[in-house]
Amino acid sequence: MAEVGDSSMSEAALLLVDDIHVYYGNIHALKGVSLEIKRGEIVTLIGANGAGKSTTLNSISGLVRPRSGAIHYDGRDITNVPAHKTVTLGLSQSPEGRKIFPRMSVRENLEMGAFSRSGQNLKDDFERTYDLFPVLRERRNQPGGTLSGGEQQMLAMGRALMAQPKLLMLDEPSMGLAPMLVEKIFEIIQEINDQGMTILLVEQNANVALEISHRGYVMETGTIVLTADSQALLSNPQVQEAYLGAA
Amino acid sequence: MDYLIQQLLNGLMLGSLYALIAVGYTMVYGIIELINFAFGELFMFGAFISIAMMVDSMAIFGQQVNFPGLHFLLAVPIAMAVVAGMGVAIDRIAYRPLRNAPRLAALISAIGMSILLQNVAQAMFGSSQVFFPDIGMFTSDNGLPKYITVSNAQITYLQIFVVAVTVAAMLILNFFVQRTRIGRAMRAAAQDKSTSALMGVNVNRVIAITFIIGSAMGALAGGMYGAIYHFAKPDMGFIPGLKAFIAAVLGGIGNIPGAFLGGITLGVIESLGSAYISSEYRDAFAFVILILLLIFKPSGLLGSHISEKA
Ligand SMILES: Nc1ncnc2c1ncn2[C@@H]1O[C@H](COP(=O)(O)OP(=O)(O)OP(=O)(O)O)[C@@H](O)[C@H]1O
Ligand SMILES: [Mg+2]
Repeated sequence: MAEVGDSSMSEAALLLVDDIHVYYGNIHALKGVSLEIKRGEIVTLIGANGAGKSTTLNSISGLVRPRSGAIHYDGRDITNVPAHKTVTLGLSQSPEGRKIFPRMSVRENLEMGAFSRSGQNLKDDFERTYDLFPVLRERRNQPGGTLSGGEQQMLAMGRALMAQPKLLMLDEPSMGLAPMLVEKIFEIIQEINDQGMTILLVEQNANVALEISHRGYVMETGTIVLTADSQALLSNPQVQEAYLGAA
Repeated sequence: MDYLIQQLLNGLMLGSLYALIAVGYTMVYGIIELINFAFGELFMFGAFISIAMMVDSMAIFGQQVNFPGLHFLLAVPIAMAVVAGMGVAIDRIAYRPLRNAPRLAALISAIGMSILLQNVAQAMFGSSQVFFPDIGMFTSDNGLPKYITVSNAQITYLQIFVVAVTVAAMLILNFFVQRTRIGRAMRAAAQDKSTSALMGVNVNRVIAITFIIGSAMGALAGGMYGAIYHFAKPDMGFIPGLKAFIAAVLGGIGNIPGAFLGGITLGVIESLGSAYISSEYRDAFAFVILILLLIFKPSGLLGSHISEKA
């Protein structure tokens, strides 16, 4: 693993992924992935299709279980904590492809986002989410499946935020969106981060993602091949060629 | 005209039983895409356990065993609770280990469970009919069923009771699924299990609750079937189970109001068909409906929820 720039371990780390290996049957999807996220950071994970980005997020969330290695979050070992429990610890993922519940209303989708916070008053959370994504307020009684792609993405983000996470993981939030909307989504991500949220961002849209993030990791076929400050990655010729569409 | 009303009422009563069993099929299918053929047998156990709770003593595995001799209205809820436990156990033993296996494996496991339960019932209760005691409350002193007369049609109290209980059960279930937190988790898990888990839903627990509800509804149907026909028998669940499955498909599998509508529709068609066409073909009507349905409207009357998943 090539180290560029300064990314030494720090005790402020909110998440520490240490050399995890993940298999799907015989497929060795993650071959020793390590990464670290400090409180307050936006960290971007880029890589080609099939590199293992979603698998990394799903390992952290607990949807898949690493065969070896460890994941520490907020000072505790969460390597084998299942997904329905990691969310109660403050980890929230907006999955790839948005995964809106199509037959639930926008409001119910948001309520599902807060499922782990049973019994709490959600009035302020709804207000905050609707202020962040005004279109969701208009559409609150409409089935999630009838929203446009962009609206669904906002709903997916809003839903993930309803869990009041400490770490928000976004898997390709700009997928399939028009450039205008991409910009809007990234503005909102930055805004959420400014309010103190730690964010792990997986993106194909590497350029924009690195613009707003503090640090980045580059994945290739199941391993991290490069990590650096986002600015350094943006100016790295290898990265430019492979992920930023430079000639 | 009065004959027609009479037959319609019979159909409603029969259809209510199908609807109750169909709830289990449709809910379980909605969430794990498995046809739990054992619901027919859980219906049968519902009838047997109701009998056991109502009599003073009864032969189990050839041994005379003492029982509490409870009222029907207490016996059936106990049967529902026991059968709900059986349903959860079946899921744990026969289906959960196969959750990520090809679907055919779970289906074969379901058929195996159904056969196993029938055999267990035969060993426990014998292979011939066991008398289901009269439930008392709807029988007048001369031993005949109490009824009310509407125009010239006789409507028995039992018919009214069965339909009313079914409608009430369906309304409660609908409230539970639409309005409660667990109900919301069930609907979410039916639409997307991984994403529900990310939201904090314990999917295995939700599946267990689905089996509890489906099994309890089946047992309720079994208890009421016994009250109507006065017997229980180890193979009694096979045909009603099959028809309830057809009712679930008819209403749109995965769709709870659809299970109710499908059950009622099937019951009424079957009653009218055997009254006006031929009673010998009583069981054939359901299958004719299934074939027509699969040809013309495979998603069922109210639309299956499964097709939207793709
Ligand atoms: N459920 C699964 N079963 C089998 N193989 C899987 C499964 N999920 C992912 N894989 C495989 O694991 C590898 C990593 O997949 P992953 O989805 O993590 O990649 P990714 O970096 O997110 O790709 P993309 O950019 O296309 O989303 C791929 O080779 C993929 O085919
Ligand atoms: Mg991915």
